[in-house]
Amino acid sequence: MKFLEYQVKERFKASGIPVPDGRLARTADEAALAAGALGPIAVKAQVPVGGRGKAGGIKLAKTAADAKRVAGEILGMTIKGYTVREVWCETAQEITRELYLGLTLDRDARKPVLILSAQGGMEIEEVAETHPEAIAKLHPDPWRGPLPFEVRDLIFRAGLGPLQAQLTPLIVKLYSLARAYDALTIEINPLALTRDGGLVAADGKLEIDENALFRHKDLHGADESDEDPMEAEARRRKLTYVRLDGSIGVIGNGAGLVMNTLDLVQREGGRAANFLDIGGGAKAEVVHSALELLAMDPNVKGILINIFGGITRGDEVAHGIIDATRDLNLTLPMVVRMTGTREEEGRRLLQEAGITPEVSATAAAGRIVQLSRGSTP
Amino acid sequence: MSILLSRQSRVLVQGLTGREGSFHTEQMKAYGTNVVAGVSPGKGGTTQLGVPIFDTVADAKRETRAEVSGIFVPAPFAADAIMEAAASGIGLIVCITEGIPLYDMVRARAFVEDAGVKLIGPNCPGLVTAGEAKVGIIPNHISSAGSVGIVSRSGTLTYEVIQGLSQAGVGQSTSVGIGGDPILGLSFTEVLRLFKDDPATGAVVMIGEIGGSDEEAAAETVIGRGFGKPLIGFISGRTAPPGKRMGHAGAIISGNTGTAASKVEALKRAGARVCDTIEEVVAAAAAAVGQPSSATHR
Repeated sequence: MKFLEYQVKERFKASGIPVPDGRLARTADEAALAAGALGPIAVKAQVPVGGRGKAGGIKLAKTAADAKRVAGEILGMTIKGYTVREVWCETAQEITRELYLGLTLDRDARKPVLILSAQGGMEIEEVAETHPEAIAKLHPDPWRGPLPFEVRDLIFRAGLGPLQAQLTPLIVKLYSLARAYDALTIEINPLALTRDGGLVAADGKLEIDENALFRHKDLHGADESDEDPMEAEARRRKLTYVRLDGSIGVIGNGAGLVMNTLDLVQREGGRAANFLDIGGGAKAEVVHSALELLAMDPNVKGILINIFGGITRGDEVAHGIIDATRDLNLTLPMVVRMTGTREEEGRRLLQEAGITPEVSATAAAGRIVQLSRGSTP
Repeated sequence: MSILLSRQSRVLVQGLTGREGSFHTEQMKAYGTNVVAGVSPGKGGTTQLGVPIFDTVADAKRETRAEVSGIFVPAPFAADAIMEAAASGIGLIVCITEGIPLYDMVRARAFVEDAGVKLIGPNCPGLVTAGEAKVGIIPNHISSAGSVGIVSRSGTLTYEVIQGLSQAGVGQSTSVGIGGDPILGLSFTEVLRLFKDDPATGAVVMIGEIGGSDEEAAAETVIGRGFGKPLIGFISGRTAPPGKRMGHAGAIISGNTGTAASKVEALKRAGARVCDTIEEVVAAAAAAVGQPSSATHR
């Protein structure tokens, strides 16, 4: 789950990380009021993606009239598929230096990692590539968290020794916040050094581990439904789905198997329209729902279902396919590859319903690529 | 005995009385696994599927000398179950549970390491030593005994390879699904080291996927340094776009790390034979152990 900048800053503020004063505005008039109260402000589009500045979604406003004008420009604009519905209006900062501070999970070390750099403002991946020496890392013990002396060492390694008195408590607070929210990523970029010598979080990013949401039932993150209507619909149906740019709808059980099915489709000369994993032990209703979803996608010209039954039972899947084909009046070409648990029953059911099952995944991919070519006008 | 598990291994199941736990315990017993105990807090003293149930892993360990634990408890409690097993002196923990919060796993992983215990998973299908025993959910009927070892991040692709090999008349030693999460117990590197030293394994199939750099690490530290056996590699997700998580929490290309191309390249450089399809993997493994492949899947 991702959060918008202002939602992140509210949490920073509550845990004692300094942020500029700000107000949320949903109309140009509200932005003008904010400028009236705060003085010169930055008007910032609230969308859960990076690159807002480049897209023209962040502008400065000296006066209330300025604020009204730029907010009018920004509200309603589309940034990477997201319509801007809110702007965050905050006191403009006189920034003398931009730092980077973030925490993510380091899968190789199998631990969280704190990252600090004197070169903030840019994407940290870019800094890591061009100036790896400008990045300092600390892997705190996951049981006790970072100790102050470890944090100081991190700060000195980043070449930020003179700021250690201010930075140390800030880093400890950020780590506590990450733990409290089960953050996959938490980032202050830039962490701005202002003309008066203070540190302030000029931007903030927070993404929470979906697996831990049962601990955070009260949280509401950014509305990501703008992203892609198909992906939003899949989320409503609790299906693991990723939209791709081809024309063959793919359904399978198991992430590795589905990924491999996409590879096979491409190898046979086609392109997959999506990744859709019905997971282990899927019942007929899930298969039905998955087919219903693909039927909504106008790009889908053919459907390939690839099932290797472990926990998943062939007869359950077959029932789901047959019912969905009938209920939805599906006329798209469809190829089903079925093997594993209860494969005989599954194949027999399909055959009786006029769907010829394949045994080999490669052969099934080849056939659907051919059939869907035929159906394209 | 191949690696990690044999028909003598004394296995306990945490969460045996649950829906998944009881179904798969039955399957494991049917396969020949020596299931000696179950653990379900509050149900100690009862018996299910002919297996005595205990309240704690420590009780089960003391009464039955269990050595291996299979974990089927729900995600919010699974990390605690892993640590309970590690604290009770279980030597090999196999966690099937999917969806464990990553911070829970980071802590459990550190705990397990301190205890000097082996962990497989989480979010994995478990392991099977063909013809002897299995812990986890790999279907019973697909394995056949032989000398090909399998290690994989993907459950269903493991099944594909096992079945393909069996249908081609090529048996397996041990098949290990290490799981699809970003924070895992045993890595490719560690499982490959076990296969390297196992006299019962003549060739190894390694099924990797996009995301992370475990495949590259294994290529550099084990495969490229005198592995001594043929290694057949396969990477899924070659057509996956960057930045999109392909089902597994661990399967995502971010920046330049985790691409299929980098993994294929690293494996080839280390001397592995990298295949494009599962059919090719089966044929290559058959040839590697000196069996003509009769596999024509098409």
